[in-house]
Amino acid sequence: MGKYTLRRLLQMIPVVIGSTFLIYAMVFSLPGDPTAGKCGERPCSPQYVAQFKEKYNLNDPLPVQYVKYMGNVLQGDLGESQYGVPVRDELADRFTTTLKLGVVALAFEAIIGIGAGVLSGLRRGGFIDNLVLVSTLVVISIPIFVIGTVLQLYLGVKWGIFPVTVGSDAPWFDLLLPGMVLGSTSLAYLARLMRSDLSDTMRTDYIRTAHAKGLPQGRVVGVHALRNSLIPVITFLGYDFGALLGGAIITEGIFNIHGIGGYVYRGIGDRDGMVVVGTVTVLVLVYLLANLIVDLVYGLIDPRISHD
Amino acid sequence: MRGIYRAVGVVAASALALTLSACGGDDSGDDSEAGLTVFGCNPENPLVPQNTAETCGGDPQDLTVAKLIHYDVENAAPEYDIAESIETKDNQNFTVKIKPDYKFSDGTAVTAESFVKAWNYAAWGPNAYQANYFFEPFAGYGAMQCVPPENVELGEEEDPCAKYPPTDKDEALDGLKVVDETTFTIQTTEKVSNLEVRLGYTAFAPLPESFFEDPEAFGEKPVGAGPYQVDEWTKNEEIVLSKNPEYSGEFPGIEDKITFRIYENAEAAYADLQAGNLDVINQIPTDSLIDDKWLSDLDDRGTSRPVGVTQTIGINPVADKSLDNPDLRKAISMAIDRQTVIDQIFAGTREPATGWVSPVVDGFKAGACGEWCNYDPEAAKKLWDSAGGYDGALTLAVNNDSDHGPWAEAACNSIRQALDVECTVDLSRDFATFLTDLGEGKIKGMFRQGWQMDYPSIENFLVPLYSAGASSNYYGPYDNPEFEELTRKAAAAPDLDQANALYQQAEALLSEDMRIIPLWYATGQAGWSDRVQGEVAINAFGVPDYRNVELN
Amino acid sequence: MTDTADAALVPHASDEVNDARPVSAEAWRSLRANPLFWISATLILVFVLMAAWPSLFTTLDPRTSVLAEARRGPSSEHWFGQDRQGYDLYTRCIYGARASILVGLTATIGTSVVGVTLGLIAGYMGGWVDAVISRFAEIFFGIPLLLGAIIILQSVSFGNSYFAIVGQVAAVLIVLGWPSIFRLMRSAVIQVKPQEYVQAARALGCSPLRIARSHILPNALGPVIVVSTINLGVFISAEAALSFLGIGLRPPTVSWGVMISDGAGAMQSAPHGLLFPSLFLSLAVLAFIMLGDAIRDAFDPKSK
Repeated sequence: MGKYTLRRLLQMIPVVIGSTFLIYAMVFSLPGDPTAGKCGERPCSPQYVAQFKEKYNLNDPLPVQYVKYMGNVLQGDLGESQYGVPVRDELADRFTTTLKLGVVALAFEAIIGIGAGVLSGLRRGGFIDNLVLVSTLVVISIPIFVIGTVLQLYLGVKWGIFPVTVGSDAPWFDLLLPGMVLGSTSLAYLARLMRSDLSDTMRTDYIRTAHAKGLPQGRVVGVHALRNSLIPVITFLGYDFGALLGGAIITEGIFNIHGIGGYVYRGIGDRDGMVVVGTVTVLVLVYLLANLIVDLVYGLIDPRISHD
Repeated sequence: MRGIYRAVGVVAASALALTLSACGGDDSGDDSEAGLTVFGCNPENPLVPQNTAETCGGDPQDLTVAKLIHYDVENAAPEYDIAESIETKDNQNFTVKIKPDYKFSDGTAVTAESFVKAWNYAAWGPNAYQANYFFEPFAGYGAMQCVPPENVELGEEEDPCAKYPPTDKDEALDGLKVVDETTFTIQTTEKVSNLEVRLGYTAFAPLPESFFEDPEAFGEKPVGAGPYQVDEWTKNEEIVLSKNPEYSGEFPGIEDKITFRIYENAEAAYADLQAGNLDVINQIPTDSLIDDKWLSDLDDRGTSRPVGVTQTIGINPVADKSLDNPDLRKAISMAIDRQTVIDQIFAGTREPATGWVSPVVDGFKAGACGEWCNYDPEAAKKLWDSAGGYDGALTLAVNNDSDHGPWAEAACNSIRQALDVECTVDLSRDFATFLTDLGEGKIKGMFRQGWQMDYPSIENFLVPLYSAGASSNYYGPYDNPEFEELTRKAAAAPDLDQANALYQQAEALLSEDMRIIPLWYATGQAGWSDRVQGEVAINAFGVPDYRNVELN
Repeated sequence: MTDTADAALVPHASDEVNDARPVSAEAWRSLRANPLFWISATLILVFVLMAAWPSLFTTLDPRTSVLAEARRGPSSEHWFGQDRQGYDLYTRCIYGARASILVGLTATIGTSVVGVTLGLIAGYMGGWVDAVISRFAEIFFGIPLLLGAIIILQSVSFGNSYFAIVGQVAAVLIVLGWPSIFRLMRSAVIQVKPQEYVQAARALGCSPLRIARSHILPNALGPVIVVSTINLGVFISAEAALSFLGIGLRPPTVSWGVMISDGAGAMQSAPHGLLFPSLFLSLAVLAFIMLGDAIRDAFDPKSK
């Protein structure tokens, strides 16, 4: 187990370097002067441009910039944004918020997704199954910005059930509605996954045996079938967590949440390489760690999988 | 010089639905604590008046900074604020007397020195301040800049100040002299007839001693002589202002505390306003403007007025030789159904332009564009055909990170249908790329331009945009000796009326070339919550008059 | 927005290939009996016809705008009403099918080809080849789809023609989407490889290429087909999100995504401008997922 973890951790190194370099190179190659638009309608003065480029190492060739940058990252310094705020501080602040949003989204997704999946998986092809199919697909095919604004308008502004936007310290209750919106995107996958796993499990011999023993349906499903069908579902949730964090741009915009989505989006517009690369680096790390944890947990749950 | 920043900084963000910032929510429920909470956005730069070129930093500073001149909210007429008197006999030598009792919020007195030192700092080239060019008319400006000799081409990455430092030794403008504690003189290189109007711009604010000790720290927590002071600026969240205890001027505020809550998304702010979490907003989402829906949403707690912002379509005939014939450009102008675009796309919140100058400023005269700005598809088609038409597809380039797509598409459709020429909207650039490509003359066909005035003068809509050396003169550049001559004469005119008449003649010249096609004049909206007593007024810059807002 | 139905189905893949045997004939029989299959196939056929020959469905030009009539609701003349540019919404929905389906199909085919090829190589070869390709895939997999797409689309431009714009959106989806198919394929291959019939083929001296092509590929493709059909719908709606952010397809290209993002800007004043393109998008996504579902059921030996 320890060996396996170590190997996985080592394997992460080239991946992190690869992703960050890729992002760094792309941000660097974005067309347009990073100072364009910094001085209103007018182009910035040559002095301003020169000071700016000096300050952010923009005069070095790309690999040099990247190495300098990574050197600093290793020392825990993610650089400074063009607004003069250290990226690390701001990221720490914003990441907590997005993390909370991600947790709410994941919880919502898990509860509703698994519930819907169980309902439809127990009777494949039945009315409930088709209802779940259609409703989850409707959610998948309506873009998130539409779901978000509609829910905000009705549940927030008109009916006052939820707060309209999220407060500055992002209290959990405020994040409920945005979390639901964000989580709805992968709801359909989860429901479908749960459905097919459960219906597969329900046809296995040991479930048939359980039925034959005369166990009540609730117990068969709850204790025997569900536990075994949950493994791939948990795997999916683990993978999805990273995707939720990186996909929160639009949700954060609608609900004025100061998370990492808007931060990195503005960073791209400003050609603010420090912000973009810093954020993506953290996202990639979280994603890889989440994957690792899922794999480890997976091994713990399922004794057939060994990591030795 | 706030330029199109408002449009880009805020609306852009809203169209893209992103956010950074935050702090909406229910935390304003506590009325007594929160004071007045108003819409804010993220300042681009530290809060130094001389280094602010956009509204996000400008709006709060309008409250914390006092200048020599204050513009009337209603008609933008200049009135004395810190100035006791500004006198000149020749429009070139000015004597400024200031009121003796003004104090900065840190308790130090505002003296003639506070102005002169601040202006020298901003005009000093190596400081690279954004307001630098506002001091161009002042005597000795040239010696303060880093200018390479004529025959030297600087590399793109090179800092001109490294090799060619300014020749001025004392880092001070020759044209500024402190006479005594409350008097200083200004000398300009050439005559400037509207200097008084200009002096109300934030570039001409005074700065306290503490600024020069540590400009960076100052930018985080600025000190000004305005009715309010900055209590706290929490990045991405809010800028909290409270009353300046030292304020003795004539324009005090009512509420004790004003909080600019930072949004990068007008939709989210509007939702908060409806829910009662925000008191004043000056960005209403277009969708809610349609059929005056916002006024019914807000129970008529909204107002609208013309503001000093114009939108134009520019053409660079040097970059696009096939649009070199002015008749083609006139035909394009006549082919745009401005009124219908305004009604359908902007819900009527624009005025069709009849010239290049905004109607809110002194010196405005309607109709400078003449017949060319009237929608007349038949005449347009005739003119177009007789001028030879255009091969291929016309493009109208707008930056894609703002909400310009809809009107551009509508304008293009109007042109396409009237002139029977293919017209498509080019949305391939974001703002940074857009400006860079414009500067390099890479954009063919038509492109969008916008201008928000710095100070309410006809001159501000002409000279910074269309004079030969102007830095955002992307129109070829436009270089009309007659235009130069008239604007120079206007600057030297003995009084404002004569100056304005000359500027109007210069403006009329633009219609001969039509490199810049006027589209519309903007209006500004403000909406407010039911906590606000009475009405909220908007000034000619589109900024609500927060000073005079009173809560129930 | 999660990128794809991805890896979650990996562990699952084993179930479907455990009883590996020639399944096509049997699968076809069960497909024919499934009404879902026929419904989805008909819908897809209609959408494909729309994409190929829009003029079959409408006589109007999608770019005919009567601005003065903007935002009018459905009428006998304009079945779906008009949008805020005064375009006929019905005609735009028909013409929008082409770009949307093109993006979806290109991205799906692209991700499948790249993912299957690399997955096959990595899974079959194993060892360092597998390690290198897997790490390479993880590099792309770790970059969030939306962020990556924004950066790539801002920095790369294929040009301004119709196919260039559609192509560049599809290309971005391929670049960021292939690793999920790769992972699926790789693990499916690893599951299939130890099976007796593969061992037998090897013992008989078949070349690795032949084994891969005629034994492993057909039996590992099942899960890929299922996920790909789901992904097709996802790609179509990802295009909408990118267009909403101003970096996906753009006018004059018409797509459902462009229409939805236009319509979202006038959601309150002209809800029909949002409703109809969303409806088309939902139906298309639904059709492809139902097809994937039907195929999955047909290939799944345990569902009988």
